[in-house]
Amino acid sequence: MKRFTCDELAELLTAYLEDALDQPSRAGVRAHLSCCEGCERYFDQFRATINVLGDQPPEKLSADVRDRLMSAFRERRRS
Amino acid sequence: MGSFAGGALPPDDVVVSALRAGDEAMFAALLDTWSRGMLRVARSYVSTDHSAEEVVQDTWLAVIDGIDAFEQRSSVKTWVFRILVNTAKKRGVRESRTLPWSTFEQDGEPGQGSFRGRGRGPGQGPGGPADPVAAWPTPEGEALAGEVRALIAEALARLPPRQRVVISLRDVEGCTSDEVCEILEISPANQRVLLHRARTAVRGLLASYYESVTQPE
Ligand SMILES: [Zn+2]
Repeated sequence: MKRFTCDELAELLTAYLEDALDQPSRAGVRAHLSCCEGCERYFDQFRATINVLGDQPPEKLSADVRDRLMSAFRERRRS
Repeated sequence: MGSFAGGALPPDDVVVSALRAGDEAMFAALLDTWSRGMLRVARSYVSTDHSAEEVVQDTWLAVIDGIDAFEQRSSVKTWVFRILVNTAKKRGVRESRTLPWSTFEQDGEPGQGSFRGRGRGPGQGPGGPADPVAAWPTPEGEALAGEVRALIAEALARLPPRQRVVISLRDVEGCTSDEVCEILEISPANQRVLLHRARTAVRGLLASYYESVTQPE
């Protein structure tokens, strides 16, 4: 198992969440998180950030652009 | 609120033959599923909502023109988003508000993080002793949620373009890392660095916001 400082740990969180760490590093991240309250909280915030990002209102194409594209598709297919 | 990554779209073979056959319902489904993510991506490169919409429109026109010749070496979605990125880059350069892509190469290099080095001791968490990592309030009520959403939009707009595209595709629109790597033609490691930078920056902004709402001065 690897050992990480708090700063090193913060840099590994995305790799950890992406499952891109080797086994000793993963174990090291887990161990650090389970005994370091600051990092555990930071990790919670990091995940909360990701959740909030996924909660953005969807963007929408305006109705006239959508109509224009639908008729472009229709015309092109007919010719 | 679903992501366009999952969704109910049929397999690519079905999509491609339907489009070639002029199936309007299929075209409409793609339009409605992918355009939201496309607008977001376009906005990372161009300066106005109007330009972003034109980029998306031009992309779909290119898709309509190109579907017969599409060789399916990539997924339909990757193909469409690559056309989008290329169209948006060209447009961005023309507007010259956005610098050429290569200018931003360095924002994907490791080792110059915005985060490191604020004198944190072990056991203090990455927030460090001077900056304790506080628990965030659970967003109760629509007012706070709305403020947070606005803040996120602003945070995204402030990111360097490469970070912005990656985090928009991954965390806002729910694309997989494979898809993002293919669309942007970057390595998984590079994608991860950009994503991590972006998340760290957004977390930082959120942290200051929560601090300001929980600790009145
Ligand atoms: Zn720690």
